[in-house]
Amino acid sequence: MFMWLHQYAKTEAAYSLCNRLIPWFAAISMGCLVTGTVWGLLFAPSDYQQGDAFRIIYIHVPAAMLSMSTYIAMAVAALVGLVWQWRTAFMAMIAIAPVGAAVTFIALFTGAAWGKPMWGAWWVWDARLTSELILLFLYCGVIALYCAFDDKQQAGKAAGVMALVGVVNVPVIHFSVQWWNTLHQGATITRLDKPAIATQMLWPLLINIVGMAAFIFTISCVRLKNEIIRREQRRPWVQQLVHSNEAKNEL
Amino acid sequence: MTPRRKQRLTIIAAIGGLLSAAVALMLFALNDNIDLFYTPSEIIEGKAGTKPAVGQRLRIGGMVVPGSVYRNPQTLEVTFDLIDTGPPVTVSYNGILPDLFREGQGIVATGVLTSASAIEAQEVLAKHDEEYMPPALAEKMKGIKHVKPAASSGAPL
Repeated sequence: MFMWLHQYAKTEAAYSLCNRLIPWFAAISMGCLVTGTVWGLLFAPSDYQQGDAFRIIYIHVPAAMLSMSTYIAMAVAALVGLVWQWRTAFMAMIAIAPVGAAVTFIALFTGAAWGKPMWGAWWVWDARLTSELILLFLYCGVIALYCAFDDKQQAGKAAGVMALVGVVNVPVIHFSVQWWNTLHQGATITRLDKPAIATQMLWPLLINIVGMAAFIFTISCVRLKNEIIRREQRRPWVQQLVHSNEAKNEL
Repeated sequence: MTPRRKQRLTIIAAIGGLLSAAVALMLFALNDNIDLFYTPSEIIEGKAGTKPAVGQRLRIGGMVVPGSVYRNPQTLEVTFDLIDTGPPVTVSYNGILPDLFREGQGIVATGVLTSASAIEAQEVLAKHDEEYMPPALAEKMKGIKHVKPAASSGAPL
């Protein structure tokens, strides 16, 4: 079933796949983020309780949702790396980790900026906020562990185990608002019922979520390309690539 | 899948299973401590068999009972009742309330229990629900006519 995936275990194939995908996803992310943000911030109606302050939802919710999805993506890369022993999978893992950490930070920061005017507090140690903070620490832990080893294959294994262990936190984040009583409100979109947000407010939000996902994918691909080049700099195909680029620059 | 890969996958799956079981047991054991606040009925009737003692510092979360908000016109003192499904608890507070504070709103207050059903709060936070809708729709669906937070600041509730 996954036989077609095997060809991308080769760094060269993964590199050229990234090259092919980046323009598409970059275009999708820019299109969606601009449309969704402008629509959400300028044209969507204001909320009946929170007025215009609720508009930070158009950044906060995509960032918070994708901080979890990105973690799952990183953990899948780690699993593939550990089980199939693909070097490319570990490269993908470490390419994704800082992007995920940045998105988690954005979610926490916009959440705090939203919490101050609405709740009256920047930070509360409730289950949702705390578990999201732990997610940021997990990302940082994976990056730190990877950087602590000189042998990058060993580093990949160690950081991969940590990334897999941290997956336990993802369902905790999602269900924290149901399992315990928290200051953070319940889920608006990711629930079995109909989304609890008016349709004309929902559309820009969905567009921004798609845009943010494409953006994270694009950045991760660029980082994966860099990682491949750095790790494979002695391979003939990389040196050939460098020479052809140099030749182009001289012209 | 080669036998070695299968073996590695089994080991990872087993470790993953054990780990999630361990975390689940841990969270289950800590269940009561992870809750951010007591509900009013938990303060009066007790939670898991134990009632919070008078003088204990705690958080309470409940809905502001409509008609129970009393403000001292000279100072910032305010008292209101919080309720969930059982009896109400009276909260007194001296300070600035959040913009979202209104009757019928979910509130989380931190303070000291001064008697069986009264709390002297040091901090009052507003909790809002996960529903977002334009004002016109809210008026039609819920019959709520909210004034904009900016317009209501300074005016009495």
